[in-house]
Amino acid sequence: MKAKLAMLAVSAAIAATGSTTVLAQAKEQFFPVLSYRTGAYAPNGIPFANGYVDYLKLVNARDGGINGVKITFEECETGYATDRGVECYERLKGKGPTGATAFHPLSTGITFAVTDKSFVDKIPIITFGYGRADSVDGTVFGWNFPLGGTYWDAADMLVQHIGKKEGGLDKLKGKKIALVYHDSPYGKEPIALLEERKKMHGYDLILLPVTHPGVEQKATWLQIRQQRPDYVFLWGWGVMNSTSIKEAVATGYPREKMYGVWWSGAEPDVTPAGDGAKGYNSLVFMAPAGMGQVHKDMVKHVYDKGQGTGKKEELGQVLYNRGMVGAMMTVEAVRRAQVKYGKKPLKGEEVRWGLENLSIDAAAIKKLGFEGFMAPISTSCVDHHGGSQAGIHTWDGKQWVIEKGTLLKADSTILKPMIRASAEKYAAEKKIVKRDCAKEAG
Amino acid sequence: MKKNWPVFLLCAVLLVGLVLPLATGASAPGFYVEVLLGGLMTGVLYSLVAMGFALIFKASGVFNFAQGAMVLFAALAVARLAERMPLWAAILVGIVIMIALAFVIERVVLRSLVGQEAIALFMATLGVTFFLDGFGQTVWGSDIYKIELGIAKEPVMVLQGLFQGGILINKEDVVATLVAVALVGVLALFFQKTATGRALRAVADDHQAAQSIGIPLNRMWVIVWSVAGIVALVAGVIWGSRLGVQFSVSLVALKALPVVILGGLTSVTGAIVGGLIIGVGEKMAEVFLGPVLVKAFDLAGGGIENWFAYVLALLFLLVRPEGLFGEKHIDRV
Amino acid sequence: MFYRENGQFKSTYASDQQMLPILQDRVFMAGLLVVAFGVVPMLASDYLFLSLLIPFLILALAAIGLNLLVGYCGQISIGHAAFMAVGAYAAYNLVLHVPQLSFLVVLVLAGLIAAAVGMLFGIPSLRIKGLYLAVATLGAQFFMDWLFARVKWFTNYAHSGSVQTSPVELFGWTIDTPHEKYVFLLAVLILFTVIARNLVRGHIGRAWMAMRDMDVAAEVIGIRPVYAKLSAFAVSSFYVGVAGALWGFVHLGSWEPLAFNLTLSLNLLFMIIIGGMGSILGSFFGAAFIVVLPILLNQLPQMLGIPMSTAMVSHLEFMIFGALIVFFLIVEPHGLARLWAIGKEKLRLWPFPH
Repeated sequence: MKAKLAMLAVSAAIAATGSTTVLAQAKEQFFPVLSYRTGAYAPNGIPFANGYVDYLKLVNARDGGINGVKITFEECETGYATDRGVECYERLKGKGPTGATAFHPLSTGITFAVTDKSFVDKIPIITFGYGRADSVDGTVFGWNFPLGGTYWDAADMLVQHIGKKEGGLDKLKGKKIALVYHDSPYGKEPIALLEERKKMHGYDLILLPVTHPGVEQKATWLQIRQQRPDYVFLWGWGVMNSTSIKEAVATGYPREKMYGVWWSGAEPDVTPAGDGAKGYNSLVFMAPAGMGQVHKDMVKHVYDKGQGTGKKEELGQVLYNRGMVGAMMTVEAVRRAQVKYGKKPLKGEEVRWGLENLSIDAAAIKKLGFEGFMAPISTSCVDHHGGSQAGIHTWDGKQWVIEKGTLLKADSTILKPMIRASAEKYAAEKKIVKRDCAKEAG
Repeated sequence: MKKNWPVFLLCAVLLVGLVLPLATGASAPGFYVEVLLGGLMTGVLYSLVAMGFALIFKASGVFNFAQGAMVLFAALAVARLAERMPLWAAILVGIVIMIALAFVIERVVLRSLVGQEAIALFMATLGVTFFLDGFGQTVWGSDIYKIELGIAKEPVMVLQGLFQGGILINKEDVVATLVAVALVGVLALFFQKTATGRALRAVADDHQAAQSIGIPLNRMWVIVWSVAGIVALVAGVIWGSRLGVQFSVSLVALKALPVVILGGLTSVTGAIVGGLIIGVGEKMAEVFLGPVLVKAFDLAGGGIENWFAYVLALLFLLVRPEGLFGEKHIDRV
Repeated sequence: MFYRENGQFKSTYASDQQMLPILQDRVFMAGLLVVAFGVVPMLASDYLFLSLLIPFLILALAAIGLNLLVGYCGQISIGHAAFMAVGAYAAYNLVLHVPQLSFLVVLVLAGLIAAAVGMLFGIPSLRIKGLYLAVATLGAQFFMDWLFARVKWFTNYAHSGSVQTSPVELFGWTIDTPHEKYVFLLAVLILFTVIARNLVRGHIGRAWMAMRDMDVAAEVIGIRPVYAKLSAFAVSSFYVGVAGALWGFVHLGSWEPLAFNLTLSLNLLFMIIIGGMGSILGSFFGAAFIVVLPILLNQLPQMLGIPMSTAMVSHLEFMIFGALIVFFLIVEPHGLARLWAIGKEKLRLWPFPH
C-alpha cells in the first residue's frame, strides 16, 4: 500500500518536472483554458468554455491556425475556486513551446489572486467583462486586460439606463435601488460605483449579499418585499441567477424592474424559472444571442466533422457566443503581435504587445464573421479595455429580445478619476513602479 | 421545575426577541406574519432533511453527513428520470434507486466499520458525501434541472381584510408543509404499528438486546437507511420543485445540522421542532435583526442567517447539552 | 536487526528523556533534515514548490494544530479554518497598521490573537460534548466567514473584500522566490513541531489525553477540565492561526474571505484522520496525502493516456477521494501513522517474523 503510494508520488514528481521538456519545438501557440464544468457555476461555465474551445478548433480547421501557427489548448477545471484556479495557472503557464498565450480566469476571485503572479510570469490576463475594475489602467496593471468593459462600466450603464427610464438622472432622487449580489469579489465590484453615483443623484442603495452558492435567497427577497425598491440590480452567477428570478416570482416582485449585469442574463439563468422569467432584463455586451456568419463556419468546419465540444443546440446562446468572442479577441491579439514579432509561436510578453495594440473595427468584425456580435474595440498601453458599450435585452419566455435603439456607454468623467485613484492605491500597496507607456512604445 | 429554569428563561428571552419587531412597530403586521410564515416553511424544509439524520442516528448510531448529498442525489434522479417518464414513475424508480443506495452503503461502509468510534463513522459518511457528489454529477450532469410538481409558482394574497395589503402565501410552501406533515404521520404509523417499525425501535434502544432476541441487525440497518433514503427523496423533490435541482443544493442541507443538534440527535420530533425553531429564528433574525446590526456596526450587508442557526442551537445546547428532545447521556467511569 | 536499542544505554536523565532516544532514529532524522534543506531545493521545480511543497508545509502545521485538539484532547472541531482566517487577517492588519514589527513577531501575535479567539469558541466545549460540539464548531466557521466579509475594518475597507499583501521581509531579506519560501516555512515548521512534541510529552499533553480518554475520571483525579480543554483550544488555535497567517502571506499573497471556507476545514480534518489522530507524525502524513492526491488524480488520466473531459476528471477526483477516505477508515482507522508504527515494529524484529 505504502510502496504503491510512494511509487505514484515519485512518478508524479517526475511527470511534473519533466512534462515541459517533452514537447518538441513545434510551430504551436498554447492556449490554456481555465473552465468550470462542475459545481454550482457549471450551468454558466459549460457553454462559455464550449464556445471558447470551439472557436480555437475553428481557427485550426478553417484557417490552419494563426498564419500557419497551429493552436494547441488544454482545459483545466477550476470549479470557480480561487485556489484551484491558481493551481491551474501554475501548471499551465509554462506549457507549449513559448509558454501560455494568455489566461482567461473566468472568475474575478481568481483574477485577483493571479494578478500578482502575472507581473513575475509576464503572461497577460484577459478578463473581458469582469475582473478588477481598476485594471483598465495599463500603467499599473501592465498585464490585465478587461477588454470590452468592467463592472464599473456595467453599473454605470445600468444607472444611466434607469435614469433615462425615469426621465432624467435627476429624477432618481429618492428612488430605491437594490443590489442583489454574489458575495464575492465579483459581486462586490460594482458597489464602489453605485455609491459614487448615489452621492451624485441621491437614490437609496440597498445592498443584499447572497452567500455562495446562492440557493438560499428567501430572506433576501423578503427584505426586498419589505423595502419595495424601484429597481433590482442582479449581480449573480451560476445557480444564484435562476434562484433570484424564482424567488422574485415567489414574492411577486415584477421582473420588468429587474436588471441583471451581462453575466446574469443568459439562457441557463432564465429557463429554470419557466414563464416566470418573462420580462426580466439584463445588459448585453459582446455577443447577444443569435446565429451569424461565424456560426455557419462553425457548423461547417467543426460540428459537421464531429469535433464540436458541446451540443449543437448551444450554438447561438449568449454564453456560447461570448466564449467565442473571448477566443476571437485572443487570437486576433496574437495575429496583431505576429505583425511585429514574426509568424512564429509568441511569448506572453509579445502577446501583450498585441493586446495593447489591438484594434478591431467594424470592417474587421464583418470579415471575421462576427457582425452583430461584437462592438469595435481599440486598446492602448494606457487603456487596457478598449472602449465599452452594451445594450439591454429582455427575455420574452422563448428568447432574448434586444431593446432597439439602446446603446449604453459608461461615463468616463466619473470613471477615470475612480480608476486612477484605485490603481494608485494598488501600486502603493504592492510597491509597483508605473510603466512609462511613451518610453515603451518609442 | 427548578432544574428546568434555564430552558424556560431561554425560551422567554427568545419569545421577547420574536415579538419585538411587532411590538415596537418596526414592521407592518402583515409583513411580520409573512416573515413568520416564511420562516416556518423554511423550517419545514430543514426538518425534512433533519428527519433523515435523526432516523439514521437513532437506529444505527451513525451521524450521516451524507444526508444532504442523498437528498440531492434523489432529487437529481427524479428530475432526470422525469424527463423521460411521468413524474410518478420517476419517483417510484427514484425510491428503488435510494433503496439500492442504502443497500450498497450498508454493505460497503457500515458493515466494515462496526464498533468504530463516532468520529470515524462520521468521517466515513463524509467520504460517502464526496463520492455521491462526483457520482451524482457524472451520472446526472451539472446543469440546473427542474422538477415540475404542477403547483403554480405565483403567490396568492390572503386575508386582505385583516391586514393591509394582504399576506403573501406561496402555494408551493403550503404543499411542502402538508407533505411534511403527511410524512411524519406515515413514519409515526410505521414505527408504532408495524412489526418492522417496532424492531427498528428496539435496535435504536439497544443493539445487543435486539440482537439477542433475534432481530437481524444488518437487515434493520438496510431498512433504516432505505427509509432515510426515501425521506431524502421526498425532501429532494420538495426542495427541487422549490429551488431547482443542481449539485450546490447539497450545501444548503448543511443548515439541517443545527436543526438536528438543537432537537437532539436521536429524536425525530426534535428534528421537526428544531426545524421550525431554526427556520423562524433565522428568517426573523435576517429580516429584522440584520438591518439593525448593519446600521449599528456599519457592516457591508447582512447575511446573518448563515450563522444565526448555529447560535440558536448553541444557546439551546448550553441549557440542554443533549438537545431539546435528545436522550440524556449518562457518563459512567 | 538494524533497528535495535541494543547497546544504547542512557546514563543521564536528560539523555533518557530526549525526543529521539534511539540512535537510528536520530541518524534518520538528521538525514531527513539534510535532504529537506539541501537536496530537495536543488531538485525541485518551481511548480513542485508552489503547488506541492509549500502548501504541504503550511497545512502540516495546521494539521498538527488540529491534531492537538482532536487527536490528543478529543474535542472534535469542524470549523478550524475559521481560526486560520483569524490568524491571516490578524497578521494582515498588524502588518498594515504597525509596519515596524518584524514578521516573526507578527506571526506570534497573530497566533496569540487566534488563540484567544479559539479559547472563546472553546468555552461551549465545557458543556457540550462529542458530535454536538462538532456541529457547534461549524458555527464558528460560518460566523468567521461572515465576520471577515462584513466588518470592513478587517479588509481595510477594500470594496472588493479582497486583501493584498506584499512579500514577507525578514531581517532585510525578502522572501519571494519559491526556494526561499520553502526554506523559511521548513524552519518554522520544524520549530513548531519540536514545541508540539514536547507539549504532548509533558503534563499538559497528559492532561489532554486524560480528557480524551475519560473526562469524568480525569476530573475525579484532579485534572481541571476548564484548564485542559481551554488550553487545548488555545494551543491548537495558536498553531492554526500561525498556519493561517503563513497561508495568506507566503502561499496566497492575496485572498478573499472565502479562501478559508468549510472545504479547508474538512480537508484539515481529513488530514488528521487519514494521517492518524493523536500523532504528530500522522499530521505530516495526512497533509502530504491530501496535498498530493488531488494533483495526482488530476494528472493521472493524462499520464495513463486516457482522454477524459475535465469535468469527468473532476468528478472522478471527488469519487476517488471519497472512496479512499472510506477505504482508509475501514482498513486502518488509526491512520498512516499506525501503519508507520507497525512498519517500525516489524523493522525491529526483522528478519524474524515475530
